[in-house]
Amino acid sequence: MFDSLQENLSSAFRSLAGRGKLTEANMREGLEQVQTALLEADVSFKVVREFMQRITEQAVGERVLKSLKPNEMVMGIVHQELIRLMGETDSELNLHSGLNILMLCGLQGSGKTTTCAKLARLLKKRSVKPMLAAADLQRPAAIEQLRVLGEQIGVPVYTDFDSKDPVKVCRAAVTEAKSKDVDVLILDTAGRLAIDQELMTELSNIDKQVEPDQVYLVVDGMTGQDAVNSAQGFNDALELNGVIMTKLDGDARGGAILSVREVTGVPVKFIGTGEKIDELDDFSPERMAGRILGQGDIVGLFKKAQEEFDQEEAVRAEERLRKGEFTLDDFRKQMSQVTKLGPMQKVMGMLGLDGGMQEMLDGVDTEKDMRRMFGIIDSMTPEEKRNPKQAIDQSRRRRIAEGAGVAPSEVKGLIEQYDTLASVMKQMSGMGMRDRMRMARQMQTDAMANPAGQLAKKKQGTGKRLSPKEKARLKKQRAKERRRAKRK
Amino acid sequence: MGLFDKLKKGLAKTTQLLKTDVRDIFKSEGRLVDDELLDELLELLVKTDMGIQSAQQVVSRVRTERRGRVVQMDDILADFKEELRSLLAQPEEPIRFAASGPTVIMVAGVNGTGKTTSIAKLAHMFTAEGKKVVLGAADTFRAAAVNQLTIWAERLGVEIVTGEAGSDPASVAHRAVATALEQGADVCIVDTAGRLQTQQNLMKELTKIHRVIRNQIPEAPHEALLVLDATTGQNGISQASHFTEAIDCTGIVLAKLDGTAKGGVVVAIRQTVGLPVKYIGLGEKPEDLALFVPDEFVEALFEEVA
Ligand SMILES: Nc1nc2c(ncn2[C@@H]2O[C@H](COP(=O)(O)OP(=O)(O)OP(=O)(O)O)[C@@H](O)[C@H]2O)c(=O)[nH]1
Ligand SMILES: Nc1nc2c(ncn2[C@@H]2O[C@H](COP(=O)(O)OP(=O)(O)OP(=O)(O)O)[C@@H](O)[C@H]2O)c(=O)[nH]1
Ligand SMILES: [Mg+2]
Ligand SMILES: [Mg+2]
Repeated sequence: MFDSLQENLSSAFRSLAGRGKLTEANMREGLEQVQTALLEADVSFKVVREFMQRITEQAVGERVLKSLKPNEMVMGIVHQELIRLMGETDSELNLHSGLNILMLCGLQGSGKTTTCAKLARLLKKRSVKPMLAAADLQRPAAIEQLRVLGEQIGVPVYTDFDSKDPVKVCRAAVTEAKSKDVDVLILDTAGRLAIDQELMTELSNIDKQVEPDQVYLVVDGMTGQDAVNSAQGFNDALELNGVIMTKLDGDARGGAILSVREVTGVPVKFIGTGEKIDELDDFSPERMAGRILGQGDIVGLFKKAQEEFDQEEAVRAEERLRKGEFTLDDFRKQMSQVTKLGPMQKVMGMLGLDGGMQEMLDGVDTEKDMRRMFGIIDSMTPEEKRNPKQAIDQSRRRRIAEGAGVAPSEVKGLIEQYDTLASVMKQMSGMGMRDRMRMARQMQTDAMANPAGQLAKKKQGTGKRLSPKEKARLKKQRAKERRRAKRK
Repeated sequence: MGLFDKLKKGLAKTTQLLKTDVRDIFKSEGRLVDDELLDELLELLVKTDMGIQSAQQVVSRVRTERRGRVVQMDDILADFKEELRSLLAQPEEPIRFAASGPTVIMVAGVNGTGKTTSIAKLAHMFTAEGKKVVLGAADTFRAAAVNQLTIWAERLGVEIVTGEAGSDPASVAHRAVATALEQGADVCIVDTAGRLQTQQNLMKELTKIHRVIRNQIPEAPHEALLVLDATTGQNGISQASHFTEAIDCTGIVLAKLDGTAKGGVVVAIRQTVGLPVKYIGLGEKPEDLALFVPDEFVEALFEEVA
């Protein structure tokens, strides 16, 4: 029964060198390297420890890709996991119509004032009307600093050189911003220690009374183990929406970003890459992971090996297709690779189309769906797998459904999905590059127009399971939105 | 409040953390030195930012000397202290004053560490000792940096020499030293713009400031202080080595030690670059500066446990 499956598997593994799988023993060196690298990069000890445990569990049993040594393989897996931990790229400021208020906060000297000006410049460039408000009444010449920066970029700055009350200053700034039809008001707050009760209360008073739409924590890229403590303090006092890490133009590895992500759970919005006002970049999890690991060479090797592997796989799938040998087993393999961002995704990616695909898969509990799907396929005879459309009649469908513990309609649905993919692949295999692109684009449009349709069913309602941390954050978010709605 | 008390206050939070950790590890009845204990010990050390290498040295010492034995916390702590004390030994005199004429102190460091504020603190300390101080505002780059130092000069009632925004910082430093010489001042402190140690042009600019000062007074600058942010992690080592290369640093001012950060990277810096800590910053006010005393530093860390 599993003959053809085994054949497919063994051909897939032919590309693997004789190194076999990762074991606790052959990973030890690689793992030690990783632990040292992460600690040297200032990732918090606790985060490192948990990370190492997870990685070890994940990696044991993984097959070592051709041309790689086990420790290189480990490094590659770690790199990917770091990217995952770093979260999605999210440089959106999520602006709405009317006045938006952004507030920046953080420890002393982290780069708040400079980053306020950088954001204002970015907004202005996008034809959004920004205004700055100098709410740091603490540090000598802090107001003047913001005023000078505002002047440099041609953005108005609300100042009150006599006031001692930052809450009042912020409220007055809001009134002024509204009267001037400003789109985004950016509040520059004084630097403070997360354990300074008085100043943290002041900050949460601004938060409560001015109700900024977005609050960003500005973190120095050179921060060490203390990042968890300070991030915790600010996260407890405020509803953070994002993190901006500064001073990444130097040789700091920036591992604190992982600690901060772990504590706050909010996305990294931007990174500061210089003192000049235009030196604000989008955050790239991939580049950051490479930087933290500091093992650029090995990560490069790993990626190359994996690409080779993926390409060989894709070529093999295509060959079988051309010979009319694309069976449900191949389909099964393709699908499992889609979820691992394997060949299908890669093929789409090479065609510049992966964005939509990713979106379609988003929110689908792929793992569970896959298990069900595999259960169905595994309940079929080889003949049924080779030629499901013809071979599977109603009674066979019922038998398969029973075997897999699913409803007969699900068996039908699966066969239809397979059919779509098989015919698409068949068409594609005879096409040149340009036609393929056109075709894939068409498919994507169709799928977008009908998200509940073939290929990727978007489940309604269920979605991803949320961690308690994420839930708490969403709750905070909703409360904030409610309050904000009241303001308008 | 005495310096010792101040230091203790600054480290109170730190000590609190360490206290609980240490107590957890070393129960009074003693604990077997095994892998688990050594890992907890490693965590304790790494959390101070002293660096994985320094931490491993300490741990390996405990491992070789005490593995398989049941330990009392006092014994282990004695090891810690001894290790740290010998690592952090520093010169007796925090500031090397000129035999005659003004003592020139150049202050440098990466962005936002606390240079300008530390200068205000030093100036406050010197004026309190009855010394006449001249400040040189050689950060002509950052927005309102000159205003910031000027405000401090006014508050502290000391002389300040400034230049136009964007003008040559070395020329400001030169005029500051010249003013100190002219006025017979005791101390001249030169502020510089923050810069990352990897920015070669800016590091060269720093070297130039150093050279210009040296051309005026052969022994000057008598002190070249690196201001290090206590929250800094392992990058502090790179900072110390590059700034020392550029201006031959004589010591560190460890700022922002009033937070939860432990500033342990100075241990790694002492090991690799050899640079001693001279002062610690414990707040944003002029009086929030204390002498760094290794024994007290170490003692305060473990104070209630021992
Ligand atoms: N190299 C580099 N320097 C930066 C970056 N962002 C800010 N800075 C510098 O860091 C220093 C501190 O920046 P500020 O914007 O004044 O920091 P702050 O958080 O407002 O400081 P306080 O208001 O005193 O808490 C300044 O010298 C800035 O020029 C960056 O991305 N790279
Ligand atoms: N809590 C605390 N804050 C400090 C300490 N020293 C300085 N600060 C604060 O840190 C921030 C930066 O200090 P500055 O003195 O402007 O730093 P800098 O190194 O001159 O900064 P640049 O010139 O921009 O590179 C200010 O908000 C200071 O008030 C300290 O010991 N403790
Ligand atoms: Mg500021
Ligand atoms: Mg300064």
